[in-house]
Amino acid sequence: MSTDTFERADDMAAPANPSDPFLVVEQLTVKFPTHDGLVQAVTDLSYTVERGKTLGIVGESGSGKSVSSMAVLGLHDPKHTRLSGSIRVDGQEVIGAPEERMRKIRGNSIAMIFQDALTALHPFYTVGDQISECYRIHHRVSRGEAKKRAIEMLDRVGIPQANRRVDDYPHQFSGGMRQRAMIAMALVNDPQLLIADEPTTALDVTVQAQILDLLQDLQREFNSAVIIITHDLGVVAELSDTTMVMYGGRAVEYGATREILTHPEMPYTWGLLGSIPEVAGDANTRLIPIPGNPPSLLNPPSGCAFHPRCPHIDKVPGDLCRTTLPDLVPGDRGANHVKRCHLANPSEIYAGEVLPEIAPDLIDPETGEMIPEIAEVDPDEV
Amino acid sequence: MTGFIIRRVLSSILVVILTSIFVFVLFFKGLGDSPARNACEKLHNGRCPAPVLASIKHEMGFDKPVATNYAIWAKGIFVGRHNVYSDGKGYNCPAPCLGISQMTSNTVWHDLKTKYPATMTVAVGGASMYLVLGVILGALAARWRGTFADRLLVGGSLIVSSIPYYLVALLAWIYLSLQLKLFPNTGYYPITSNPGKTIAYMALPWLVLGLTNCTSYARFTRGQMVETLNEDFIRTANAKGVRTNTVLFKHALRAAIVPVVTIFGLDFATLLAGTIFTERIFGIDGIGNWSLQALQPPMDINVVSASVLVSAILVVVANLLVDILYSFIDPRVSIA
Repeated sequence: MSTDTFERADDMAAPANPSDPFLVVEQLTVKFPTHDGLVQAVTDLSYTVERGKTLGIVGESGSGKSVSSMAVLGLHDPKHTRLSGSIRVDGQEVIGAPEERMRKIRGNSIAMIFQDALTALHPFYTVGDQISECYRIHHRVSRGEAKKRAIEMLDRVGIPQANRRVDDYPHQFSGGMRQRAMIAMALVNDPQLLIADEPTTALDVTVQAQILDLLQDLQREFNSAVIIITHDLGVVAELSDTTMVMYGGRAVEYGATREILTHPEMPYTWGLLGSIPEVAGDANTRLIPIPGNPPSLLNPPSGCAFHPRCPHIDKVPGDLCRTTLPDLVPGDRGANHVKRCHLANPSEIYAGEVLPEIAPDLIDPETGEMIPEIAEVDPDEV
Repeated sequence: MTGFIIRRVLSSILVVILTSIFVFVLFFKGLGDSPARNACEKLHNGRCPAPVLASIKHEMGFDKPVATNYAIWAKGIFVGRHNVYSDGKGYNCPAPCLGISQMTSNTVWHDLKTKYPATMTVAVGGASMYLVLGVILGALAARWRGTFADRLLVGGSLIVSSIPYYLVALLAWIYLSLQLKLFPNTGYYPITSNPGKTIAYMALPWLVLGLTNCTSYARFTRGQMVETLNEDFIRTANAKGVRTNTVLFKHALRAAIVPVVTIFGLDFATLLAGTIFTERIFGIDGIGNWSLQALQPPMDINVVSASVLVSAILVVVANLLVDILYSFIDPRVSIA
């Protein structure tokens, strides 16, 4: 952390321009010193989220998705974490901010939804108590008013008989209802940014769809910014305006969601697209998994972190992938679509080699080219 | 809930009955006719003519089978007994009759009632002290885990728990009470007649009990807290903007305290059943000291059986209370 960020924290205390992005993350690096060495969980990560927009962060376990968003709330234990870079929330610097100020942000202007609501809710307090607690921390209201607000929120997220269920304990709720209660708790203070960390991973498919719809409705209603962390590209396709793909603690591809999903330029994103099971598809279709395992963050691979698993490494001249980390730069598709890859002609490889294998129905059988509605996606349209 | 309690009370009664049979039979068989012989020798200046011995054995029931004797003893608890033989005399023993103490020639129940308040006072004061101290120290150590204060607590508690309790108690009494006179002499004064004096005279025993036992509670609480602080719901509480101390003492301690309660229930029952070292060293006339005296030859079986019975009942009741308490502190446990 440089002295520069400290000064900025004070300068930025002035009210921010409402047209500026609500969240600006610049060159965020998160390291955890451990007995085995320094774990480089997030490196040089930059992104912005505007009000009313949704950013999807995609990647495997251990790619740094959750770590980076926990840093936004300052939830890492400062004794065991080294943070650098800058995170500005509504113009105010968060890194190095005093605990007292962070507490006013947490749960209030930024709220978080966690993956498994059963473990993320306190088992010994009623759902209503936990929601009202969150409300009372940030509002001077009586217990009765807070409870009324909790009932109102539970009702809003679709819990039937909310005035009765408010006194239930989390274990008395079903999985989907628990996640709704978790969302109610996150939204109780009308946050301007909602971070949803794998909100549907622990749920079955039909409930997943309901929860995603709910999130979308609520976002429209409250005009909040949303970060959705997931390993499911289907969720991203449904919810997010922009998408960032993370690998080994770094952003490897970043752009408008439609653009990323139709014209991916990074072999890791291709791999992710190839490994989505198709619920309605042919049961005999084989999934194409990404070979190998996520990289160790303790001892990351040299050069491009994906090179040990990359099937296209032979298309890059020399030893570039092994020796040199590619920059996050625009590829063939304009300045708003950036990728971290040495491949010179990713679009051609994707259309010619990858797409026929992972989604043959998107190739026109006569011309052998991408079907027009995919090919004609505007890379800059969010 | 009611069904659960009824079932548990019934099974508790069974445990108490089995324990009493076990102890009664073991002592009755194990000692043979030596209590009769002792009584005989006492009455006839060390000589014991055979006819006298036979009559004493008859009076004490040694000519009847053990089952009959147990039945007489057990029945006496509920309806009392008349003409109970002890040292050549017959005593009247109203219910609950636990026999006649050879040491005092009083009924055992009378002595138990007289001595019990002292033990109770020691146990309640000492246990509250170590529970509160231990839990607070443990929670704070968990909060500052890895720091010097934490290591000091963990190391210090190891040292304290490796010194025998009676040594700590004895040294505390010698130095703090006898030599430095920081505390008055110790002992038990009925709390009903002079509470101030009771507290002053009990302060040192409470302190010694509290400080020596709180270390294990501190370590246990610390372990539970460290584990709980890694739970997802603690992260949620932090993400809600809850103050650090509230996270620690409301969210984390609430969950971490559950196993501590279990251990405490059993510890407290053991303490109530007699604190032998504490009573002996600090000169408190409670039931720990009483049963210790009863064990010295010639053994006062009635007192020993009674103290075993009392401690069995206390442990069983404590277990029951802990189970009921569980359903109040952990809503996921439903005892139906």
